[in-house]
Amino acid sequence: MSAAHLGVVPLFISPYLEFVVQNVDQLFARLIEHILITAETVLIAVPIGVSLGVLITYNDRAATAVLWLAGIAMTIPSLAAFGLLVPFLGIGSDPVVFTLILYSQLPVIRNTYVGLTGVEEATKEAGKGLGMTRQQRLRRIQIPMALPIILAGVRNAVVIVVGVAAVGAYIGAGGLGEFIFNGIRQGDSVMIVVATIIVSLLALVADYGIATVEQLLRIRNGEQVEQRASTQLIQKAR
Amino acid sequence: MIEFEDVTKVYADGTEAIDGINFTVEEGTTTVLVGPSGCGKTTSMKLVNRLEEPTEGTVYVNGTDNQELDKIDLRRGIGYVIQEIGLFDHLTVGENIATVPELVGWDQSRIDDRVDELLELMDLSPEYRDQYPRELSGGQRQRIGVARALAADPDILLMDEPFGALDPITRENLQDEFLQIQDRINTTILFVTHSIDEALKMGDRIAIFDVGEVVQYDTPAEILSNPKNEFVENFIGENQTFKQLSITPVREVMDDPQAYESAESEVAPAADGGEYYSISPDSSLQVGLTRLLSIEHTTLPVVDGGEVVGFLTEDHVRSYFDSAGEP
Ligand SMILES: Nc1ncnc2c1ncn2[C@@H]1O[C@H](COP(=O)(O)OP(=O)(O)OP(=O)(O)O)[C@@H](O)[C@H]1O
Ligand SMILES: [Mg+2]
Repeated sequence: MSAAHLGVVPLFISPYLEFVVQNVDQLFARLIEHILITAETVLIAVPIGVSLGVLITYNDRAATAVLWLAGIAMTIPSLAAFGLLVPFLGIGSDPVVFTLILYSQLPVIRNTYVGLTGVEEATKEAGKGLGMTRQQRLRRIQIPMALPIILAGVRNAVVIVVGVAAVGAYIGAGGLGEFIFNGIRQGDSVMIVVATIIVSLLALVADYGIATVEQLLRIRNGEQVEQRASTQLIQKAR
Repeated sequence: MIEFEDVTKVYADGTEAIDGINFTVEEGTTTVLVGPSGCGKTTSMKLVNRLEEPTEGTVYVNGTDNQELDKIDLRRGIGYVIQEIGLFDHLTVGENIATVPELVGWDQSRIDDRVDELLELMDLSPEYRDQYPRELSGGQRQRIGVARALAADPDILLMDEPFGALDPITRENLQDEFLQIQDRINTTILFVTHSIDEALKMGDRIAIFDVGEVVQYDTPAEILSNPKNEFVENFIGENQTFKQLSITPVREVMDDPQAYESAESEVAPAADGGEYYSISPDSSLQVGLTRLLSIEHTTLPVVDGGEVVGFLTEDHVRSYFDSAGEP
């Protein structure tokens, strides 16, 4: 295909579009890889983070320590983490997923903890007074009420993961980062820009999707929220 | 039955919330704890279902020291309406009401029937079942709080300002409704309020609290006619006669119907005057007297279920008060 087909498009966009059209198969394959890395990370990281968040509600000092450690984990530069993990996990996606799981912990643990402890005192006391055990209060009251807040933490984590996963291509994890590193090596800015935009779009779509679920949960919890378009659509469809 | 025996509660921060209180709530009766803010009413209540533990003394629940009972079982057997209502906003009204029956493992059809029954009892239409608490008015939420507490048919009910934070009219309606419910459920009730009027209206007995202490524990009539000290007098406030009128039912003062058979011309015509010219034996003397004053006759028929069961005259009211030694 030649640039002639794209005559109607403003001149400065055409090289980018041309790149997309010519590499659509490759781009799609890398996008899928990127999504898989993200999904694998989230599937492992969220259960760990939520469990830790629940556990630390039992002990204030443990809470402080765990949140501090999760904060520290986020300050490790990704490349350094990859480098340190390669001798143990080899090259490829494993060290990348491991690092991303670490990065996800702070938002997930913090939001779980805040969500669970932030449930109104009166609500917790009502549960206690009606004869719920601690576990029953957690399962029937605190977790459902905290769910939107926990999900906001997950959303936060997913955005971080999508972005940092791009760096994983450096140690052979695949994903859209491949194009970015190739672009750097070949001095091809078009390649870098296109890949970056796709990464950003992926992050935005994930963010929007999870935010919609979060809103639906808030509405189910009886909160008054200003509904986004997607939420309204789903509400109407039901 | 609930008994407080020399119960003292000192909180961890050193606050002495209650200091050596004693009183007994007999089975099937309502005791109202009334007193100024911070005098230890809520604390007393929480000592019954062990949300708090006494520092000294013993609380007996149905004759057993509640320290010997399993906390969770104890609480499931006691209905609890907390001061802030504390509904579970993420659950529907039906699910809120079903809380305790679910905890104790009733089967679903029994729970469903019970929820329907309670909605009806609390005068809430069945469509509220699937709504969420935040969609409802304050009065409706309070009713659901009460329904939730009643759900598993507890022997004992703790109600911490269940009708607080409501406008006077809604409050009065809920009080009247609850008095009717109370007649039907035969539950031992501990009821907290800071309004003496509510206490006089709702209680078989009233415990008047001053900071951390029970100053007087008596029937409403006794408290009105023989306030123990100045604190109680001040707490009752003005208009003692008026208050006494409002808590005495017509039934206690009326004459039986035979006495008036010959004097029918004097009697306000109950039949063609409709509701207005008669009164129910459960109405208060306050209503009875007001009605007497507003009609042209000196005698008011007392009608229960379509039958004349007695007569009320101004003289009755006057002599009742003279014999009670008040005002
Ligand atoms: N958990 C607690 N820790 C320390 N002090 C407390 C605690 N709960 C209550 N108190 C104190 O104990 C006293 C009695 O409180 P309580 O809640 O029993 O009063 P109350 O009569 O129910 O008041 P109100 O009418 O305002 O509800 C108050 O001085 C209060 O500040
Ligand atoms: Mg209180």
